[in-house]
Amino acid sequence: MARYRIGRHLRSRLHLIWMMIGLVLVIFLPFILGVGLYIKSKLLLEDQSLVDLLFSSDWRPLSGKFGFLAFAVSSVWVTVLSVLIAGPICLLTAIHLTQYAKGWVLRIMHPVIDILAGIPSVIFGVWGILVIVPFISHYVAPFFGVNTSGYTIITGAIVLAVMIIPFVLNILIDVFKTVPDELKEASLSLGASQWQTIKLVLLRKAFPGIVSALGLGISRAFGETIAVLMVVGNVAKIPTGIFQPGYPLPALIANNYGEMLSIPMYDSALMLAALILFFVVLVFNFLSRLAIVNLEKQSS
Amino acid sequence: MRKFRFIEEKFFRVLMFISTNLIVLILLLIIFSILYKGLPSLSWQMISQTPKGGFYFGKEGGILNAIIGSLYLSIGATLLAVAIGLPVALLMNVILVKHKKLINVIRFLLDLLWGIPSIVYGAFGFTIMIYFGLKTSLLAGIITVTLFIIPIMVRAMDEVLKTISIGLLETSLSLGSTHSETAFRVFLRQASPGLVTAILLSFGRAIGDAASVLFTTGYTDHIPVSIMQPTATLPLSIFFQLSSPIEEVKNRAYASAVILTVIILIISILARLYSKRYQKHKINF
Repeated sequence: MARYRIGRHLRSRLHLIWMMIGLVLVIFLPFILGVGLYIKSKLLLEDQSLVDLLFSSDWRPLSGKFGFLAFAVSSVWVTVLSVLIAGPICLLTAIHLTQYAKGWVLRIMHPVIDILAGIPSVIFGVWGILVIVPFISHYVAPFFGVNTSGYTIITGAIVLAVMIIPFVLNILIDVFKTVPDELKEASLSLGASQWQTIKLVLLRKAFPGIVSALGLGISRAFGETIAVLMVVGNVAKIPTGIFQPGYPLPALIANNYGEMLSIPMYDSALMLAALILFFVVLVFNFLSRLAIVNLEKQSS
Repeated sequence: MRKFRFIEEKFFRVLMFISTNLIVLILLLIIFSILYKGLPSLSWQMISQTPKGGFYFGKEGGILNAIIGSLYLSIGATLLAVAIGLPVALLMNVILVKHKKLINVIRFLLDLLWGIPSIVYGAFGFTIMIYFGLKTSLLAGIITVTLFIIPIMVRAMDEVLKTISIGLLETSLSLGSTHSETAFRVFLRQASPGLVTAILLSFGRAIGDAASVLFTTGYTDHIPVSIMQPTATLPLSIFFQLSSPIEEVKNRAYASAVILTVIILIISILARLYSKRYQKHKINF
């Protein structure tokens, strides 16, 4: 009996240690990620200043010129456009699902959103090539009088928008659920119509949550790689319109992984691109999550 | 004025109806277009053979190397992530359950990690790989993908475990079990169908992601026999075949996309079944 007890407590202790190791690993992971990428990109940062790198569009790795401007601008274009497309769709659908929809609609929409969220990005890329690229080059661009192959900023943005829809929609649904029913009931009992209640109570109350859901969408879109890479054209020039090809930062990293090894500075430049990506996404994520946490605190 | 309000509501309700249906339509369009383009080129040979000589010029062979490679990679990474992630999720919900602030900080951190793009994990995995003198290999891929799916898995498990009522914890403790026994015997068993859902979701992420393995697993026409060998993966095989100018090779990329889509659909259906099962078995104290 005594022996059994010791064994039991030893096992409990070991389990505890196991859990603690896991926790420490998870907590330090973001720091290790940031520091690891920083160490690798230091080589380039010591040679040229970050501001010069970010505001130069001269990208000639073989002669040591690493201007990120064209890539940064492409990233911003694609990201902003995709959120502009996905935002209204998500907002309207989220209102519909939380305020109007009947049970059976929810029972259909839940799996639809889950499946859409689970589709791998390379499949979205294939779909983009099959459907969106010809759609842009045969119908949309000619309508605006432009001639293009279809591999453009807007193509990337549409594919990205579809990819972030399930993500943003889920967060918006959670945000709308934090608005207390009493508030809506008070408004309805004062004679406001359902639409007025939505417009004046729900949307106003949930406004910080809506902004942060879009912020999370931005950070998701900013880092997406393969699907965008497949449809956006990858031309290292500052794009001046939505029907021009772009070359976002993640695509830059993904496309050059083979060549970079031979030149240390090139390697360092791509790691710096990853670090920039990491930093931008982290900041957007941090601010948006913070706003959502505050909203949840208020409602409970 | 009254009439205007009515029209405004009608207008927005129509818009809402359209956008909700648009999402369903897009999903159907994605699945339909992949099947339409890929099914004609899908054959038993695609699934059962590795690439033969001239495969990339449209000759004999299949993508068995990529299918098996992807399975090895995702199963390895998922197991490793369970070994690290499950104890963390249990720790948060059994032992730290009274420390609300600390738990919230951990959740916040996990959410931040979840948002980091997979290409960043890929670049980081690549630097670790170089640092330890590894070559592109199955092992390097497994490590990278593990880092990438840990936050997803822990957060999903946490969402399940946090629904277990505190009564179960108190009952177990009052009967004389230690905290870790409660965690690994009681909570684990109670939440198991929900945890399976979390594991399946992470597995789906692992098998579908291309950016994190692009740097680390390499690519080969053979099925790896050791974890130190490079490995082909399905997403990358689709990606590479699609960039070929040859029509047959492109068609095979579409067929490969069908295979990946079917795998993902099976995983999401299984995940839904298990999560239904968990709902049924839930006890409220």
